[in-house]
Amino acid sequence: MASLLIHGGRIVDPSQGLDGPADLLIEDGAVARIDGKIAKPKGVETLDATGLVVTPGLIDIHVHLREPGQEYKETVATGTRAAAAGGFTAVACMANTVPVHDNRAITELILLEAERAGFARVYPIGAISKGMQGQELAEIGEMVAAGAVAVSDDGLPVMNAELMRRALLYTQHYGIPVIQHAEDLTLTGKGVMHEGEWSTRLGLIGIPGSAEDVMVARDLILTEDTQGRYHVAHLSTARSLDLVRLGRSRGLRVTCEVAPHHLILTDEEVAKTGFSTHCKMKPPLRSSRDREALIQGLVDGTVDCIASDHAPHHADEKDVEFDKAPFGILGLETTLSLCLDRFVHAGLLTLPRLVELLSTGPARVLGLPGGTLQVGSPADVSIFDLDGEVTIVAADFRSKSRNTPFDGWTLRGRPVATVLGGRKVSPLP
Amino acid sequence: MTSETIRWTRKDLLGIAELSPAEIGLLLDTAESFSEIGERPIKKVPTLRGKTVINLFFEASTRTRSSFEIAEKRLSADNINFSTSGSALEKGESLIDTALNLQAMAPDLVVIRHGSPGVPHMLARRLQAGVINAGDGAHEHPTQALLDAFTIRRHKGRLAGLRVAILGDIEHSRVVRSNIHLLTKMGATVVVGGARTLMPTAVEKLGVEVAYSLEDALRGADVVMMLRIQLERQGKMSFPSAKEYFRLFGLTRERLKLAQDDAIVMHPGPMNRGVEIASDVADGSRSVILEQVTHGVSVRMAVLYLLSGVTASEES
Amino acid sequence: MPRVPPTGARLNSMHENLTPKNTILDAKQMARIIRRMAGEVVETNRDLANLLLVGIRTRGVPLAEQLAVEIERMEGVKVPVGVLDITLYRDDLSTIAAQPQVKGTTLPRPVEGSTVLLCDDVLYTGRTVRAALDELLDFGRPRAVKLAVLIDRGHRELPIQADVVGKKVPTSGDEVIEVTFQSTDGIEQVRILERKAPR
Repeated sequence: MASLLIHGGRIVDPSQGLDGPADLLIEDGAVARIDGKIAKPKGVETLDATGLVVTPGLIDIHVHLREPGQEYKETVATGTRAAAAGGFTAVACMANTVPVHDNRAITELILLEAERAGFARVYPIGAISKGMQGQELAEIGEMVAAGAVAVSDDGLPVMNAELMRRALLYTQHYGIPVIQHAEDLTLTGKGVMHEGEWSTRLGLIGIPGSAEDVMVARDLILTEDTQGRYHVAHLSTARSLDLVRLGRSRGLRVTCEVAPHHLILTDEEVAKTGFSTHCKMKPPLRSSRDREALIQGLVDGTVDCIASDHAPHHADEKDVEFDKAPFGILGLETTLSLCLDRFVHAGLLTLPRLVELLSTGPARVLGLPGGTLQVGSPADVSIFDLDGEVTIVAADFRSKSRNTPFDGWTLRGRPVATVLGGRKVSPLP
Repeated sequence: MTSETIRWTRKDLLGIAELSPAEIGLLLDTAESFSEIGERPIKKVPTLRGKTVINLFFEASTRTRSSFEIAEKRLSADNINFSTSGSALEKGESLIDTALNLQAMAPDLVVIRHGSPGVPHMLARRLQAGVINAGDGAHEHPTQALLDAFTIRRHKGRLAGLRVAILGDIEHSRVVRSNIHLLTKMGATVVVGGARTLMPTAVEKLGVEVAYSLEDALRGADVVMMLRIQLERQGKMSFPSAKEYFRLFGLTRERLKLAQDDAIVMHPGPMNRGVEIASDVADGSRSVILEQVTHGVSVRMAVLYLLSGVTASEES
Repeated sequence: MPRVPPTGARLNSMHENLTPKNTILDAKQMARIIRRMAGEVVETNRDLANLLLVGIRTRGVPLAEQLAVEIERMEGVKVPVGVLDITLYRDDLSTIAAQPQVKGTTLPRPVEGSTVLLCDDVLYTGRTVRAALDELLDFGRPRAVKLAVLIDRGHRELPIQADVVGKKVPTSGDEVIEVTFQSTDGIEQVRILERKAPR
């Protein structure tokens, strides 16, 4: 098993309250020691992290790997390769594959492909309902037995309140959360962007913020009644965030994630880019008021983690009329740089808080083993340059797709190396 | 006049939102010069001889398309019409492929009408040819706003300081958006009026007053612009019936008395008589609805003329 | 790409790097010449009632107006003056950067059956007159079309000659004739300008 000495860096591990210069020794794929200065043991490889930041491996609990069924957009191999390049050592992948991941055969297939690729840990999320039809529960227990860590019909909401109630009850047997893509489809209608001044200006059909809020409110009531474990995926509005606060104040087990694009862009971007379909996703880019509230949520701790909602689509699918384009953008290879530049360098978040949101926090939400560099834990490590400038070039992505609104952005802060179980997975020699 | 000092430098006319008042003035002044051609015995000038204009209509249109066709012919351009029925689009060709195929035919200008907002912008980015937006979904319809402004100027001698009431289905109307941009840029006050269920979110951010009764909207208006109630888009809970709509928001002779004595009545057409406008108002002495159609040709000639002078490489 | 001034083919010292060389005609001389031209028009047109003066925009218009004034003074006949904007008939629209402004054509009476006297300030290549003829004929079938110019500077590129000429001025290709009128420019004179050598 792999051994490695990462020396000279600044170790930031919010799980242990660490932030300072230290060396990190990995033995047999696990963290063996963290100390001010560690002498290089014989035969152990070294990684010089002088001037760099060393953190627990980043974890993205909301990605779409598209396998099985849509391998022209992404595969487990390309998606995890992108993750490693972006500083992530683990991802949780959503169930809206083709066919839907609603049975253990697909759980096993995903895990097998992840094992083969070896770039990152993959935690499959199973569907809540069979075929994501929103009618009856999928075989949740079977999927958990095979390795699924949560359930979600993400891509679609669970519109049926009774089904949601049952899911919140049933999942308690397995101790896993129900992840909701919170959206009332009757309010969304044919909407393609946030409903507000900009949808009015552009003549595009709006998706009101209330489409999300109504669903979060309903689900919190059901969570209270069932005492279930509920997680809001890609939370995007100020009011939904308030609802999460309210739920917490009533003692509910509710967590939420926010996507980088909702924290950085607003609905105006659709106009600024001349109807770029790279500004089309669900939930849509919201108002600046929402954006500010979400950032406040990062600061005050309401938001548990940042998750990218990495949603690859082929260029041919995105290069169409705005109305017709599929929802979603990539995230794995842009998230870290965006967060360092826009939150840490902008003075909104401390570096430890950001690491918490990208690593310790997501691990906690899904009860995953990572998110820490405690001695004995798996040696998943992210190493990045806090100050190095990088220009996002979509054409160079490891992902199979290119759908990002951040192409060409120059940002401060970039991933440098990623270590998985003591083995360097990025950059590859 | 400001237009004396400016020149047209855009390859495309995608919307009014991005135009400066001086550019709008130039378009309107140029249209003024072209209106005389429609009164000549030979209604044709050789200006665009040898230029090719493609009219690409993905949505049914009689008025706008014939208006563009006449404008093109009066300028001696060669024009070709593509419409959705029977075209490759019905056979599943993507818009981009259609655009690339058009480009291969080397047109000088492409006039496009499409149901999706932003499609003209998409084409403009890919085509060497100039692109004229002839209506994209509920986004913009710049030549309609220009011909409306032209008609208003003919009657009122100015745009600045006028009070213009635009009434009807504000939410689904591209005409209203282009008109709001144009009229507010030129110094007019715009009040939009209509049912709460047909009013788009945050419309006041576009710099207009909002009225939820026809009476409030009409009071003191110099210009009353009625919009088509898109019956085909209703039935989705905006209002229960055409009859009920007319009762609340139909323009009648009695209600028109609330406007200024010399107010003119406009409508971009096609009209639903008895739904948004009573026949005696539509045909009455205050109505300038047919003049709008006439001026549409002059305005489109001006647009074709000015755009034809700017190629992709020269655009500034 | 070089930009052409909005008024079109005729260059003006305000728009380009031109330096005045010498003044050919001052206001007094211009007035005398226009009076003489009016005399020629009267002499060669027995039927003044049928005459229509048409000035080619921009500086053919004040010439036509002044000719009309002189004719009325001599003969007591008010000859109508029209304005022709030949922009839409120009043969160089596709080679210039931005479209020149169109200011419109107005003809006070039908061309059909009239004797039209086209008026322009300078006759040079003949292309402007060609465009004017094409436009004029689209308004109907005149009995005859004649041409009056204040300055004929030579260098014709089309087989066109003037019937009434104020003054012939031999020029070189580097020179520009600048005619200004009180009504359009605030000063009445004719100058030769020279193009500055390119930097």
